[in-house]
Amino acid sequence: MNNKVSRRKIITTGLAALAGVSGLGVAAKIADRYGLLAPDHQGAFGVGEALTYGTQRLLMASHSLAREFSRSEISKVHPVNHEHPGYDPYKRLLYGKFADWRLYVDGMVAHPAAFSLDGLKRMPFRSQITELACEEGWSYIGEWTGVQLSYILNLVGASPKAKWVVLYPFNDFWGSIDMPEALHPQTLLAFGMNGEDLTADHGAPVRLRIPRQLGYKNLKFLARISVVDSLKNVGDGNGSAAPEIGYSWYGGI
Amino acid sequence: MLRHSALVRATHWIHAASFIALVLSGIAILLAYPRMHWGKTGTVGMPSLFDLPLPFVLDLGIRGPGRYLHFLAAWATLFTGSVYVISGLHTRHFRKDLLPRRSDLGLQSIRKLVLNHLRFRRPTEEEARNYNLLQRLSYLGVVFVLLPFMFVSGFAMSPAIVSVFPIVETMFGGRQTARTLHFFAADLLVLFLVVHVAMVILSGFVKRCRAMITGYATPRKARS
Repeated sequence: MNNKVSRRKIITTGLAALAGVSGLGVAAKIADRYGLLAPDHQGAFGVGEALTYGTQRLLMASHSLAREFSRSEISKVHPVNHEHPGYDPYKRLLYGKFADWRLYVDGMVAHPAAFSLDGLKRMPFRSQITELACEEGWSYIGEWTGVQLSYILNLVGASPKAKWVVLYPFNDFWGSIDMPEALHPQTLLAFGMNGEDLTADHGAPVRLRIPRQLGYKNLKFLARISVVDSLKNVGDGNGSAAPEIGYSWYGGI
Repeated sequence: MLRHSALVRATHWIHAASFIALVLSGIAILLAYPRMHWGKTGTVGMPSLFDLPLPFVLDLGIRGPGRYLHFLAAWATLFTGSVYVISGLHTRHFRKDLLPRRSDLGLQSIRKLVLNHLRFRRPTEEEARNYNLLQRLSYLGVVFVLLPFMFVSGFAMSPAIVSVFPIVETMFGGRQTARTLHFFAADLLVLFLVVHVAMVILSGFVKRCRAMITGYATPRKARS
């Protein structure tokens, strides 16, 4: 009698586990279809990552805006986490005041383009005073000036089928953001900070500024932007260099 | 006599595991910047509220996985916590076993309870069958005050969540205040864990653990 019950128990538990696993698979497929699945959802901590990104993406469906502050709230100290790459070609461009620098935009776009720094500065720009929070725990408030990434994506005619924007800096800390974040009005390609040109250590000539995500998603020293519909074949498929060192792709925490 | 329902036992141990994971990963995250600030901002070069006597550990191998684990364990806590609270309300577990009884609140019984604790007197089996006032208050405090507070102060550190619900940050006055209070509330939870385990040891480690695993304080043979 006891045996029977335990066998039945084993079978039902097995079936439940099977249903659970295939349920997860179906859930992942649906989430992916609606752009709710984080690219690094397959790692050891992938379940947590998938839940966090999916939930926050849904919450932000209203295109919520990051807090903006008044000029008097700008911090007096603006620490630098990673200094600028001290090697060529970055070093050479820095010495030339980035006159020869171009931001290449390619991928699923109608008109691949290369923008000079002066060219970017002549575009309509916006300044915003926002908080930059480092994953380490510290944070400061600063004013960043730049072109909305959405403006650039419109200019090059990004395909409506595209889902991600991949960003390549001069160092190897490449990354990507999803299309809703890329088209968000506060997502800037920033060339100015606190009323001056961006300094080298703060990401010159241009850094990404996405105030709804932590500091490490705000990539510095940008060189190239690529518009894609899948991250599977970009790098190791995890969406950015961050997961390679144990960091989540998504930085909205 | 059944001491703990299957659901309480299961959620207890899942929560125990995720709480340990949260503490360890929390320490890994904290060590990247063991300084506490008050207000909106705080970095090296700004005055701190206090500096913990701990080294800055910037080792990516600890910090990265620490972050991943922290959020995974937080989700586990949220799910088990929700199941526990919903079922506790449904079965009236909170009202029956955790809300202080009127008889607990008399001056005499409080005096006796405190004295018993100060003398480290082990409870009798009869007494151990029900939670005493201090247990009731600390369990309710952990479940309904400290753990929810951990979530809210954690949300205040998420730029994405703050963009949707700015109040979770503004109610604290700023991100750094939320971080500092998150740290203090975590300390209280660790203190609870230490006292909780000490009490379990003091009142009969094997019996209490057996009760939380099998549901009964006495072995199966002794029961039948």
